[in-house]
Amino acid sequence: MTGVLPIALEESTKTLQVVLAGGKEYVGVMKLHGDVNVEKILDVFEEFVGEIFQRPPLRASVKRRLRTRNIYYNRVLEIDGRNVLFKIGCQSGTYIRKIIHDIGEALGCGAHMAELRRTRAGPYMENKNLVTLQDLSDAYIRWKEKGEEEPLKRLILPVETSVELLPKVYVKDTAVDAICHGAHVTIPGIVKLSSKIKPEELLAVYTLKEELIALGRARMSTEEILEKDYGIAVKTERVIMRPNVYPKTW
Amino acid sequence: MKETTPPWEVKREVVIKQEAETDPKYGCPPDQRPLTYHLKYGFINLDKPKGPSSHEVTAWTKKVLGVGHAGHGGTLEV
Repeated sequence: MTGVLPIALEESTKTLQVVLAGGKEYVGVMKLHGDVNVEKILDVFEEFVGEIFQRPPLRASVKRRLRTRNIYYNRVLEIDGRNVLFKIGCQSGTYIRKIIHDIGEALGCGAHMAELRRTRAGPYMENKNLVTLQDLSDAYIRWKEKGEEEPLKRLILPVETSVELLPKVYVKDTAVDAICHGAHVTIPGIVKLSSKIKPEELLAVYTLKEELIALGRARMSTEEILEKDYGIAVKTERVIMRPNVYPKTW
Repeated sequence: MKETTPPWEVKREVVIKQEAETDPKYGCPPDQRPLTYHLKYGFINLDKPKGPSSHEVTAWTKKVLGVGHAGHGGTLEV
């Protein structure tokens, strides 16, 4: 399999859980084991949208009990004889090889996956800043041997990109260092925030310079945070920024 | 149609609670981080080649960039 494989460096590994839990998109080729008419293929693909049941395959790294996964969309892009090019958007932990096998069973003739490429993992996409190992190695050598920083800098994305899809709260300069030391986010420290935050939702805590400070769990909705004058709005779960970047005021 | 909105298409706005400014003396916007910090707080959107495992590709990346620790966001094996 090829495609989007986000890699976290050093301190960024702290936000990997966010990318792992994010939705995925794949483009692949299904090979049919018999002839089926186009109409039927399209119908069956549409049946495998929404909540589906899956038992993880033998070689899976999780417990093999039946579980549901959400398929956001599942579209046929092209049919050429017994080859079906498809695109699927799904919840993390969906086994594509398994889905394709099940679609084959539903069609009656059987099928297997001939090729698969991941085109999205959470916020990371195939058509935005995708780099090869060769690009990386070339840029690293230019930096080490010629002192050119720009090429390498361009290939590496800030840790903030990994939490792009999370709701956010932005805090005052004076609240930053306490959060870096593990303090929770209180209402007086909040300057602005995303709409539609729900209690218990995972969110990103930001500085006003758009730097990621920590990951936290919402204790209140957006509306409650806007209404109230005090209280804990977000429980800090994982601190990413190192302490002492902002002044200590507590 | 049973299609649902994928999480990457959910739109959120930013709402303001109070006015505040940030002091340029502290911190640094992500796109202006010095390279050594950028590497420490970096992500790579890597195009995984066919053949090696996600784990192997991650180990190579770590070696190529001379970083101490790296992890990947979801195996591409199944």
